[in-house]
Amino acid sequence: MAGAAAAGGSVRSDTYASVRNWLLLPSWAGLAIFVLAPVAMMLVYSFLTKEFRGGVIWEFTLAAYDQFFFDRGLFGDEPAKIEWTYILIFWRSIWQAGLATLLALLIGFPTAYFIATRPAHTRTVWVFLITIPYWVNLLIRTVSMKFLLRDQGPLNDFLLWTGLIDDPVRIINTNAAVQIGLFYSYLPFMVLPIYASVERYNFALSEAAADLYADKWTTLRRIVIPSVRPGIVAGCILVFVPSLGAFLAPDLLGGARNFMIGSLIEEQFKGNAGNWPFGAAASMILLTLVLIILVFLARQQARAEREAAP
Amino acid sequence: MPESRNAIDVRNAVKRYGSFTALQSITLSIRDNEFFTLLGPSGCGKTTLLRMIAGFEEVTEGEIFLFGDEIENLPPHQRPVNTVFQNYALFPHMTIEQNVMFGLEMRGSSKEAARRKAGEMLELVQLAQFSARKPSQLSGGQQQRVALARALAPEPKVLLLDEPLSALDLKLRQAMRSELKSIQRETGITFTFVTHDQEEALTMSDRIAVMSAGRLQQLGEARDIYERPVNRFVADFIGETNLLEANVEEVDSTVATCRLANGLTLECDAIGNARPGADVHLSIRPERVTLVGASGDPWQGTVKENVFIGTDVQTVVQLQGGIELTVRTQNSAAGVATIFDPGTEVAVGVEAGAARMLED
Amino acid sequence: MSARGDVRTYSGFRAMTLLCLVVLYSPLIIVTIYSFNASRSITVWEGLSLQWYADVFWGPESGKFKQAAVNSFSIALIAATMSTAIATSAATGIVRGGRFRLRTASLGLISLPLMVPEIVTAVATLIFFNFIGFTRGYLTILVAHIAFCIPFAYLPIQARMQGIEDTFEQAAQDLYATKAQAFRRVLLPMMMPGIIAGFLLAFIVSLDDFIITNFVKGAGVETLPTAIFGSVKQGIKPNIMAISTMLLVVSIAMVTISYVVSKKDSST
Repeated sequence: MAGAAAAGGSVRSDTYASVRNWLLLPSWAGLAIFVLAPVAMMLVYSFLTKEFRGGVIWEFTLAAYDQFFFDRGLFGDEPAKIEWTYILIFWRSIWQAGLATLLALLIGFPTAYFIATRPAHTRTVWVFLITIPYWVNLLIRTVSMKFLLRDQGPLNDFLLWTGLIDDPVRIINTNAAVQIGLFYSYLPFMVLPIYASVERYNFALSEAAADLYADKWTTLRRIVIPSVRPGIVAGCILVFVPSLGAFLAPDLLGGARNFMIGSLIEEQFKGNAGNWPFGAAASMILLTLVLIILVFLARQQARAEREAAP
Repeated sequence: MPESRNAIDVRNAVKRYGSFTALQSITLSIRDNEFFTLLGPSGCGKTTLLRMIAGFEEVTEGEIFLFGDEIENLPPHQRPVNTVFQNYALFPHMTIEQNVMFGLEMRGSSKEAARRKAGEMLELVQLAQFSARKPSQLSGGQQQRVALARALAPEPKVLLLDEPLSALDLKLRQAMRSELKSIQRETGITFTFVTHDQEEALTMSDRIAVMSAGRLQQLGEARDIYERPVNRFVADFIGETNLLEANVEEVDSTVATCRLANGLTLECDAIGNARPGADVHLSIRPERVTLVGASGDPWQGTVKENVFIGTDVQTVVQLQGGIELTVRTQNSAAGVATIFDPGTEVAVGVEAGAARMLED
Repeated sequence: MSARGDVRTYSGFRAMTLLCLVVLYSPLIIVTIYSFNASRSITVWEGLSLQWYADVFWGPESGKFKQAAVNSFSIALIAATMSTAIATSAATGIVRGGRFRLRTASLGLISLPLMVPEIVTAVATLIFFNFIGFTRGYLTILVAHIAFCIPFAYLPIQARMQGIEDTFEQAAQDLYATKAQAFRRVLLPMMMPGIIAGFLLAFIVSLDDFIITNFVKGAGVETLPTAIFGSVKQGIKPNIMAISTMLLVVSIAMVTISYVVSKKDSST
């Protein structure tokens, strides 16, 4: 009765309440030391002075952020103008990630819906098929995509063979290649949460809408999509956020001209232009951007749930 | 010190969850060897009380004794009582035999002794041939019997049963009732049974404790509770009844005369607080009322509707003054002869002693 | 029910699903096919051959790839084991620990590596090791992997545990088991499918990781992804496709195991 309250089918009990802190200690310690503390250190480093060829000098300065947002000329003595280079890289990243997310949604939603409406025993097989690529090494998948999209690659061979084109299309090292790569990398992340939502959707609602004279597409737009919105939002986050900070797809498929945030940050720590405080500052700005998006969506979701509650 | 011949003594047990009080000072005793039932609607606190005896809920205030030993502060694994859970809670990764052996092994029995005892127990519940199967390969009724065997195997001093029949279908439930009762008699173990089903309680129990809203309403033998309910809740919850408002006219030692709102009078046993002029409620069981043809009797009225319910026909009669009385007539040749179409003028006869005065 | 009368199905959705599968699988299938190419050039098909597999094991770069494979698999094994143990313990604390004030904070901490973009975690971890003066190498990769694998191991274990009614451990205690015995004899075996799924997921995630490894690895210590990346930078060679195909088989084998485990579990 009032004892073990099992809300929403998920069990929570207090059997091991007496040893709870001991059980949680390893995860607290592990994550606090190796995730939380490093992020805090990163924040500190973003205010330090750069040392050439990597590392930092322990002198606090706003130079990294200043370099990100303002242009003070080659010798730093001109009046500050807005520095567009890095802002544009961020903007391009958001744009690329957004397009990849949209593409993933356009293909992912019908797929998720289709799978969720299969009979129960074939459904698991479909889900299994969607899941496999998610388990395959992302680097290998990106390399495979690079191989497929090459100028003399199988895709161009195929298009030439069908006669759709007469000369190979240049795809690799374009914006489109990056979008395709991001879309391909994270597509399963779009399908799985939407599938989970549609599977829980009560199809009697669709029948009720049809009974009240709604045609199928109206039913989809007015009834199904609002009902599975949490799954759609989750899917979009799961594609957008990793796309924003992605490194492999832009680096391998985009070439030098289609630089994204990931490559910008990587360069500060790996390349010769190493500037750790600047890399830490760019990482902080990316992290802030992502957290703002997540908090905004979480609050919206919470409000929607409150309104939906009877 | 409570009398040690009682299996369980609950003394002033209170259970609070934050500001919500689930049990308000319960005191009751369960005798050795009896089939004892805690009966009440869901949320009445009966399962909470059972779980307090088992050790799954802390006792906020009060004491619980098991054959005279105070147990309310012992963890569940140190209490020699076992539970048959509502969903059976058979361990899905163990075979039937391993399930039944579990408690014995935990108490330190050797594998051999545990296996022998488990065999006996599975014999008792007629499932010996299934010992190597997994719980999921058994039907609901069979799982129920395994749960029973598992709980009985360590020979608990008291067996606690938490609505064990509620997941079974009607026919199986009826068969299990007599099986449970006979196993209880055979083993001589005290059974404490929780249910919300009054029929289950009436057919199986030696004694019943009726609970509502965290309070003990009435405790007694099945017949006693049905024939002499103490209050409106018990009268209404156990079986069906007509509840009538009345005013006490006079009290003559043990017999009280009560006047209904329409002026008719009824005699019934006077209870403790009955004083002339007091407003009381009367309970009259429908099967203690008969229909007779209209005859100028003051107990006259009109048939409002007949409801056929198989073994009986239930007739609602509208008496003068707006009082409705439900009458149950057996579906027999003699009974059916006394049934009239709606709108017919009839008179009703209330058997002597049928009216029962209630405390509230 | 006729297709016309069924309000659930939408024409075209099946085609989209097939397109989705084609997109997901065609690069993998094509790389697998070309890994058996007899030609030295990746653009021309010259018939079947196993020469690039032989090249991976015995060719000029075989030493580098073998060492990378040993590093990758040993790190994945240790990181998955450690993170699964930590996650099992944490899930027990959170799902079976009653109500407590730090519950939300604990859940947030555990899922933190999932919310932070991987490149940020990579930068932060590198800076952290630099700050405490840890020499970058095998150990730094291992420690970083254990930390970011925790949420991946945690999620299936928590999901599994939330599906187990607490009456099972109560029944065990009712039958004279202590809390520790109830955990070992009842709860742990019942959680096993979730634990196996969590372990496999953590293993794959560790084996898969490139970005964080690339940041925290020292000079000279390579895992398979960093070795492949280094090699691909000079252009895709057929031996890379052979390695990719082998890793593909490992991944598919692991998903299949986890699928069979969950399937077997739901059928009993």
